Amino acid sequence: MSIRVDGVSKSFGAFKALDNVSLDVPQGTLLALLGPSGSGKTTLLRIIAGLEWPDSGRIEEDGTDITDRHARQREVGFVFQHYALFRHMSVFENVAFGMRVRKAPHAEVKARVDELLHLVRLDNLGARKPAQLSGGQRQRVALARALAIRPRILLLDEPFGALDAKVRVELRQWLRRLHDEIGMTTVFVTHDQEEAFELADDVVVMNEGHVEQRGKPEEVFDKPATPFVMDFLGNVNVYHGRVENGRAFWHGVPIDYPDYPHAQARAARVYLRPHELDIARAPSGGPSEANQGTSLAATVLRQTRTGPITRITCQPQEGGSELHVDLPSAAARQLGLQPGEAVSITPRHVRVFLPDPEYVI
Amino acid sequence: MTSKPRHAATATSPLGLLLITGAVATVGLLIVAPLASVFVDAFSNGPQAWWEALAHDPDTRHAIWLSLTVAPIAVLINTIFGVAAAWLVARFRFPGRSLLVSLFDVPFSVSPVVAGLALVLIFGRQGLLGPTLAWLAVKVIFAWPGLVLATTFVTLPLVVRELIPVMEAIGPEEEMAAVSLGANGWQVFWRVTLPNIRWALLHGVVLANARAMGEFGAVYVVSGHIAGATDTMPLRVEKLFQEYRTPASMAVASVLAALALLTLVAKVFIERQLETESKELEAARAPGADTDPTTGGLGP
Amino acid sequence: MNTPPTPSSSNRREGPPADGFSILRPPSPPIRRARHRTVLPGFGISAAITSLMIVALVVIPLAVLILRAASLGPTGFLAAAWTPRARAAYAVSLGSSLTAAIISSLLGLLVAWVLVRLEFPGRRILDALVDVPLALPTAVAGLVYSTLYVEKGWLGQWLVPVGIKGAYSLLGIVLVLVFVSLPFAIRVVQPVIESLDKDTEEAARLLGASRSQTFFRVVLPGILPAVVTGFALALARALGEYGSVVFISGNMPFKTEIAPVLIVSRLEEFAYAEATAIAVVLLGMSLSMLVVVNDLQQRLVRNSQ
Repeated sequence: MSIRVDGVSKSFGAFKALDNVSLDVPQGTLLALLGPSGSGKTTLLRIIAGLEWPDSGRIEEDGTDITDRHARQREVGFVFQHYALFRHMSVFENVAFGMRVRKAPHAEVKARVDELLHLVRLDNLGARKPAQLSGGQRQRVALARALAIRPRILLLDEPFGALDAKVRVELRQWLRRLHDEIGMTTVFVTHDQEEAFELADDVVVMNEGHVEQRGKPEEVFDKPATPFVMDFLGNVNVYHGRVENGRAFWHGVPIDYPDYPHAQARAARVYLRPHELDIARAPSGGPSEANQGTSLAATVLRQTRTGPITRITCQPQEGGSELHVDLPSAAARQLGLQPGEAVSITPRHVRVFLPDPEYVI
Repeated sequence: MTSKPRHAATATSPLGLLLITGAVATVGLLIVAPLASVFVDAFSNGPQAWWEALAHDPDTRHAIWLSLTVAPIAVLINTIFGVAAAWLVARFRFPGRSLLVSLFDVPFSVSPVVAGLALVLIFGRQGLLGPTLAWLAVKVIFAWPGLVLATTFVTLPLVVRELIPVMEAIGPEEEMAAVSLGANGWQVFWRVTLPNIRWALLHGVVLANARAMGEFGAVYVVSGHIAGATDTMPLRVEKLFQEYRTPASMAVASVLAALALLTLVAKVFIERQLETESKELEAARAPGADTDPTTGGLGP
Repeated sequence: MNTPPTPSSSNRREGPPADGFSILRPPSPPIRRARHRTVLPGFGISAAITSLMIVALVVIPLAVLILRAASLGPTGFLAAAWTPRARAAYAVSLGSSLTAAIISSLLGLLVAWVLVRLEFPGRRILDALVDVPLALPTAVAGLVYSTLYVEKGWLGQWLVPVGIKGAYSLLGIVLVLVFVSLPFAIRVVQPVIESLDKDTEEAARLLGASRSQTFFRVVLPGILPAVVTGFALALARALGEYGSVVFISGNMPFKTEIAPVLIVSRLEEFAYAEATAIAVVLLGMSLSMLVVVNDLQQRLVRNSQ
């Protein structure tokens, strides 16, 4: 089942949760809606499920307009953030609920529930109450319950948000395998980029009710389309520089920027990812106080090692805010920089954004 | 209501003992002594006399029967109202909602006597609907429908007040899940909502029933106080007292007091269930602690 | 060097659909939506039941009462509601209710504090017994109180000789009103004491505050709004109480007759106009008390924040 979201807007009072959002989810895709809280991602998910109605715009399923179809008839599998398991029902009855309200024959219900409990690896826990389950188990019951009605699409709201780190990673991989097995069009909401990038075929980054970027995980990561995406993905050095004559300047270091061929200088923001910077000891006796070519002169402030990566924090000679450089720890050890040493830093990759009047830093 | 005290160290200090004595004396003198004296007085002439006072007086028998009819009807009406009103207020946002909520409380701040009077002004012989009712030959005031109306009024807030906070704490997610799984309105209500609120509902029903059985002022005004016809048990207590038949009055009072004690026992039991459920709810919302050894692997 | 697209172009892939007929498709019109905006069922039926009950049982009766009183005209109303006997009844009602509500609030604070903060044998039983007045019919309470405090009663035999007349007196009225209103004063304050942060008290003690300073400066401001709420509930209950008072007060006009009793006796004389007028005054009294207390409470909450 493919989904098309067409120009959907939704406000809660004065708060604009969704602003003319359009989105295509092809059949069989596992799509992540990624964004901070308040970005509208959960509202969009709930609108697709029919749990909220858009103020305007429409939802299509395989080309059929289902905007006005009640949630009851949408046959959507929805996994709620806190699972919303029926507390007073056993695991079995939870999973059976969707079939029971459709008055399915008992034998069929039993067979289907057993099959699903096997699928989510809860074979022997059918008699338990949700309160007697761990978080991960509850999550899987919620999933089995959603799958029991043979939904056309599966929607998950922060499916791993309430779990601890280890279980989260396990369940993530398991859900990916499950999706590959059953191939159902799946949309999930998350604020965790790692989750989105690891699990999804396609990632949609949302912010303040609109889509910032959509693409394959590596696309979004390698080519963030907007300053917001760049900031949201985090772990980046941001500098205020300027552009003129096809070049951007970062601490006076020139960088090619053919998009702006004009002579009149304009302020710009320069983004450098810590792992995309080269660092070298400044040539001894050389002019360590000055920038050379495309390199920036800086002083080492400190090094912090987090597992395989070592982060070197430097202070540009010209002043300004600190700069992070990430190196594999082995390389950093080999380099053996000491605090106070002069270094030169060369970006392998830089992104420049001209300030967007709407985007406040 | 009975959470464990976090700090019990001062219980044996002089001030602690003084405070405990004060509290025990308050409850003992104001509450326990009167309650105990009902039973002592009621049985002062022996169980035989007690039984005769209750069973051999046709007016008293009728009063017991009337109370056992009127109270359940009023409670049933308020149960339906309470569930509907709590569902409306806890699950929907609409203009006038907070005004409506404050209207729920009005019966608490209106004297039952005033409420009874208002009903008389509407349904009484000289009331607004008096002529119509006379023409229809329907009697409301000085008859059981009036008793039901008055009792329903004074117990109106009790069920809905219990349900609103519980339904708000539970939240709409389970019901939303049920809808997205294909359940229709009644299926959502009977299979999801009602089991979730059952203890709170029972709590409200027990309180409403106790109030309904015991209501005096409102019922007094609308009943006309006709022995053997519109006297409920509390009214019978008063009439026997006015007729200087205090032992008989005490006998009826003792039945009401026993009912009150039963109510309290039920209340304590229900509150324990409610406490367990609210803890479960809290646990269900807490981030899952995956310490359960049965979690098992998720291997393919 | 990469060339980032401008933010607006990131939506490009959500452009016109690829089916080629998009141009024929009308733009998505704003769709008519249900007022209550939720998929949950039952708005109509629950709204219908609720409004029917509220209108039929609360709004219409009170409106009829007030309209009936208004139809008397100002002079007629005053003549009915402001007789010397009625004024005396208001005074007795107001005075005894206020006294009872104050006593209930103080005793309620004591009992609630003991129930929450002190551990002693029988605490849970005491906790359960607090609810007796909610469950015990007030007529039974009135009956029992009147027999307890008469000269030959359990307590009267000791109290009457020393001049304390607990039955057929103002004291008797206050006593039963304390009885019926005590649970409200306790149950409102109790959870608030439970939620108090014990650390702040300990911090105050460590900073050198005495026990009473700690109580009056740290504890009391936190629970005062709840005490006031309990006071309001107790007062509302006491003002309207009839069943228990009628037994114990003796109902002597100008002395121990409360307003509800006067309403009933006017009603029994079929003096509907007078009964209605007095009822409206009583109603106004309880509602304005509520407004005053609500205002006070909100001010207290604001101050303690």
